[in-house]
Amino acid sequence: MAAQSASPRTLFDKIWDDHIVRTDEHGTALLYIDRQLVHEVTSPQAFEGLRLAGRKPRRPEANLAVPDHNVPTSDRHLGIVDPISRLQVETLEANCREFGIQLFAMGDPRQGIVHVIGPEQGLTQPGMTVVCGDSHTSTHGAFGALAFGVGTSEVEHVLATQCLLQRKPKSMLVSVEGALGRGITAKDIVLAIIGEIGTAGGTGHVIEYAGEAISALSMEGRMTVCNMSIEAGARAGLIGIDEKTVDYLRGRPQSPTGDGFEQAADYWRSLNSDPGAEYDRVVRIDAASIRPQVTWGTSPEMVVPIDSEVPDPDAVADPVKAGSYRHALTYMGLEPLTPIAEIGIDKVFIGSCTNGRIEDLRAAAEVAKGRHIAASIKLAMVVPGSGLVKEQAEAEGLDQVFIDAGFEWRDPGCSMCLAMNADRLEPGERCASTSNRNFEGRQGQGGRTHLVSPAMAAAAAVAGRFVDVREF
Amino acid sequence: MMKAFETFRGVVMPLDRANVDTDAIIPKQFLKSIQRTGFGPNLFDEWRYLDHGEPGQDCSNRPLNPDFVLNDPRYAKAEILLTRHNFGCGSSREHAPWALDGYGFRVLIAPSFADIFRQNTIKNGLLPIVLDEQTVDALFALAGGETALEIEVDLEAQQLRPSSGEPIAFEIDAFHRHCLLNGLDDIGLTLERADEIAAYEQRRQQQAPWLFAS
Ligand code: SF4
Repeated sequence: MAAQSASPRTLFDKIWDDHIVRTDEHGTALLYIDRQLVHEVTSPQAFEGLRLAGRKPRRPEANLAVPDHNVPTSDRHLGIVDPISRLQVETLEANCREFGIQLFAMGDPRQGIVHVIGPEQGLTQPGMTVVCGDSHTSTHGAFGALAFGVGTSEVEHVLATQCLLQRKPKSMLVSVEGALGRGITAKDIVLAIIGEIGTAGGTGHVIEYAGEAISALSMEGRMTVCNMSIEAGARAGLIGIDEKTVDYLRGRPQSPTGDGFEQAADYWRSLNSDPGAEYDRVVRIDAASIRPQVTWGTSPEMVVPIDSEVPDPDAVADPVKAGSYRHALTYMGLEPLTPIAEIGIDKVFIGSCTNGRIEDLRAAAEVAKGRHIAASIKLAMVVPGSGLVKEQAEAEGLDQVFIDAGFEWRDPGCSMCLAMNADRLEPGERCASTSNRNFEGRQGQGGRTHLVSPAMAAAAAVAGRFVDVREF
Repeated sequence: MMKAFETFRGVVMPLDRANVDTDAIIPKQFLKSIQRTGFGPNLFDEWRYLDHGEPGQDCSNRPLNPDFVLNDPRYAKAEILLTRHNFGCGSSREHAPWALDGYGFRVLIAPSFADIFRQNTIKNGLLPIVLDEQTVDALFALAGGETALEIEVDLEAQQLRPSSGEPIAFEIDAFHRHCLLNGLDDIGLTLERADEIAAYEQRRQQQAPWLFAS
């Protein structure tokens, strides 16, 4: 939409250029923001800031709010029992009423994790800038949108001005080339990428994912990959547009309609990097080399394939790294060189904005079907990413597959991804989780998290330990 | 309105860990607060106390973890946090800088910071300083001594003046420096550009009407 420039541009350049309102003498851009998603945890202080300054949202209709972090995933009819959580959710409701912002409240079938419902509603569209007071906003980059997480001060800034002050990040291409092996999923791709470049590997960059293995992914798989861009340290993740993107958006509640859709789609199809466009950094990964991934430590970069072992810190040359490996092993209660397939688990969590979509549930159900969780498993739970995902899964009978296999079937929300509600690990408990962070205490103080794909999580539930889903 | 950053001299607390995430800086249970203040006593809660903390609890009687550096009497009045690479990674929670600020930290020094966190610190008047690994190593060596290291932080001159050793120059984005030195209110500044924003919206609406449909 901006004037055609002579030199080839990346997808990121194109979206960036299209959103510059002005650039100041320091080189900082005032960037226009098309959509903002709002949740209960990072917004109360932003609304309070508006109130204190006597300001109003510039375009209330450009925002959509939903409670997701604090909501219970069972016995919803009882409301939120924890009074502090309840106050936060009620504060969101009151703020949305006061400032005229659309809200999918807890009883609404469209309620769910903010990064699941945005795309599901067709709210996230190619070429947009999308922000949310949440680091996993990078998820929306799967649609060729420039989507990134912001802090609460910036949430307030966007509400008041529909803009943000930003320095242009650098660009990085991660090309996953060739075809994936059987049983390898989007989650394994992104964990393998993080294992390769590290959790600070993308710092200061926007990562564009490309290559045959990325093109071959469904929109949902692409969302899983972009979701964890933040775990690679990147500001955002991006994937170019193809017909899968356009088809996904057709007929969504907030997608353009009629001729407007075709007009938009024509523009969307222009949203790919030009041949010969240059990136500040390029990483190439051979898709065929990727095996099912399991994290062993307390940072997503502490990841290895299922058929290998927990590393030995004594074999690590860098003293800072060796120190953090030792620290992680102590926290995780693991010995160096333990085969991953010998690690037994206590709980299983299938859900989150990384892997709580319908395809993730299908993949887990396929493994769980006709089997039962191991006797040693204290709890295996499936938490759909949204009310609509839940409805869809129930229409396909997936809920029954899970229940028959001994899993609990819950209501949508963030749940044990961060354990702000009642769903959590007890100290020392070990969990196979499809979420995105294995930080200390993330799923409950003293809890031990291993990140895996939905199929690997379901297989681990059945076996009571990690197993290679390809041989399952 | 953010407070303006002025030159000061402060004690350095060395936190010798890489990849310290925002979950560790302020655990999730404290994110349920709808306030912007009051997070200081829960900074590094899981490392700092031996029991489990809950929001609203009086922290003055909780058992302290004697092995955690924050509880070391040498660093009791620390205003400068020295740490390792990728500090502030993970969640975008602005509660992390609110907790650091609430505790009394004003400057953070590391070889690198996570992007969103760094942005959030500046919005709250904290100064994140990136120094190369070698310089950070040297500061760690000084800060671990029997008497705490003090540093004078001069943002105007972009210089650190440690109580022992040579002055150290640091780089910072010109716009961030300007905002910190003047304690500027970003939103107020942007609102002065309302006409330009409106002109952009008009232009954009013609090119991409569907973006303004709802
Ligand atoms: S599911 Fe987890 S990572 Fe995603 S938004 Fe919720 S808490 Fe954050």
